[in-house]
Amino acid sequence: MTSPSAKRVLTGTHFMTGDHAIAEGALAAGIVFFAGYPITPSTEVAERLARRLPEVGAHYVQMEDELASMCAIVGASWAGVRSMTATSGPGFSLMMENIGLAMITEAPCVVVNVQRGGPSTGLPTLTAQADVMQVKWGSHGDYEPIAYSPSSPQECFDFTIKAFNAADYYRVPAFVMGDEIVGHMSERVVIPEASQIPYVGRKRPVPGEHKLLYEADESLIPAMPFAGDGYRMHVTGLTHDERGYPATFPDPHDKLVRRLNDKIRLHVDEIVEVEEWQLEDAEIAVVSFGSTARTARHAVAAARREGVKAGLLRLITLWPFAEKQIRALDKSAKAFVVAEVNLGQMVTQVERFTSKPVLRANHSGGKMMPPEPIMDAIREAQHAS
Amino acid sequence: MPAEIVVDAHPLDTLFRADRLPHIWCPGCGLGPIMACYGQAILDSGIPRDQHAVVSGIGCTGRIPGYVDIDSFHTTHGRSIPFATGMRIANPELKVTVVSGDGDLFAIGGNHFLHAARRNIDLTVICVNNFNYGMTGGQGGPTTPMGARTSTTPYGCFEAPLNVPWLAYALGAVFVARWTALHVRQLKNAISRAMEKTGFTFIEVLAPCPIGFGRPNDLGEGLDEMHLYQEECIVDHDADLHETTIDLRQKQPIVLGNFIDTERTPFTTLPEQFRS
Repeated sequence: MTSPSAKRVLTGTHFMTGDHAIAEGALAAGIVFFAGYPITPSTEVAERLARRLPEVGAHYVQMEDELASMCAIVGASWAGVRSMTATSGPGFSLMMENIGLAMITEAPCVVVNVQRGGPSTGLPTLTAQADVMQVKWGSHGDYEPIAYSPSSPQECFDFTIKAFNAADYYRVPAFVMGDEIVGHMSERVVIPEASQIPYVGRKRPVPGEHKLLYEADESLIPAMPFAGDGYRMHVTGLTHDERGYPATFPDPHDKLVRRLNDKIRLHVDEIVEVEEWQLEDAEIAVVSFGSTARTARHAVAAARREGVKAGLLRLITLWPFAEKQIRALDKSAKAFVVAEVNLGQMVTQVERFTSKPVLRANHSGGKMMPPEPIMDAIREAQHAS
Repeated sequence: MPAEIVVDAHPLDTLFRADRLPHIWCPGCGLGPIMACYGQAILDSGIPRDQHAVVSGIGCTGRIPGYVDIDSFHTTHGRSIPFATGMRIANPELKVTVVSGDGDLFAIGGNHFLHAARRNIDLTVICVNNFNYGMTGGQGGPTTPMGARTSTTPYGCFEAPLNVPWLAYALGAVFVARWTALHVRQLKNAISRAMEKTGFTFIEVLAPCPIGFGRPNDLGEGLDEMHLYQEECIVDHDADLHETTIDLRQKQPIVLGNFIDTERTPFTTLPEQFRS
């Protein structure tokens, strides 16, 4: 059913929305299965994939809800393919259940959340960044997600590929935490040659080498057999031992959950990514991410023009959190400003790793963060420090 | 004096995970014979064993995948069908069977059943109906018959139960059957027939739950409930499915049979048809 003229990787320069760039990033990364449910402002991801996936012999299924969408991509992951879903706040809430299943069974997959204002139905068509704690804590139990925060359509493309690679390598669901502004804005997106798309696949069992289903080496990441390979594996959402068999007792539980968390914590330096801008001599460190980082950059530049030594730490990964980078700035900067479109979520993370004053520039959603509140906070931070 | 060993092996020994036995089910539970029927159907299917996969949700029936030595997935409550949908579409070589309970498939998972059947996803779904939530200690559910007592229907269940074969038929399932844990030969043959077909196939299996359902309803031991099936069930393959609701208060027979066996284009071939 592949169309000979259709290309998986649309190499070239495009003028494209962030949502469409996410879809193209998934295609470039080799997605084979997408399951989703329409929801503003992520619907365009599904619409584009509904058209594009059949052209390249891949599968689009519009499920009955987001519970099913999330569970279907976990099933597809165990069948051995790259799978993804895309949603926004209310749908993301429904996905929490099977995000937990992906975490405990270690099923690689990608979940896109184009954030909108909440709680509940909230602001269907308007932006927010208020799910950044939900992606960390929303499903029950202890786990360590990997979450990317794109600030532009180009990064929607790039970070979707990053998310697929991180998901496969670490065997976790990986998240692209966009927001309505980056999802719906159109900008230049440069798509490289197919051969230039970074690819990190799943660690696979060595044929003939007998290992238990969840037996991991020093990386703490077990190799992953696929359904149909002949391993006759048992996969369960219950706490399990290395054989994969249910082991619902305190000791096996502690062993499993520690490994699930440690396999990310051990690799934090490889996973965490930030952009540092004008931070070398900065006295005021502005921390921001996603669409808000665009105005934060503007505010930092304006502050510099006023003679204030400000700089920007832009979080590319929201999770794992950039703890080391904040600790380093704690030594060099006099104060922090955290700019985000929520009423104070990532600011609590910054506060955990510094003793310096941390000021907030935020609103609860519905519009792009303007530069003025950030500039006001920078000026105030000078006096606070 | 130890019992005399008369056979060295059971014909299904190789199909089950010996290191997982004994199973967790109560004495008199219907799940053992049902699992054996599923196992025999796998062996008889002619499909290589490593192409079979089994998916379940949560509950007593949800534990079947833990004992069958094929690729087996014990997922979240109610979500076996969407998980199986993703797996089946992503790897068309797989023969995916869903085995789960009535509460799992028709209460929390009811919406998924509806849409997988409507789409005609190529799955065999076996619903073990014991009229209650057994694993959590015998609560009422969507198939609890009118008047039946459970720990959450202490005055008798006053909700109308789902008639699941009728539902499956209405949704366009290409094979619909109802058997009991007593009717092992017919059940095994129904599973085999379902596995032969392409599309959404459905089998309801009535099963004794002597602890959760039998005791509060004075049905006796598991064996007594088997006797009840022997006495109260009739086989009518041509039954009107709107008349197959189970009501244990009245002396009306429980209707069993292979009710529907038809053809409809399966989901996986449709995208190609529509694009060409």
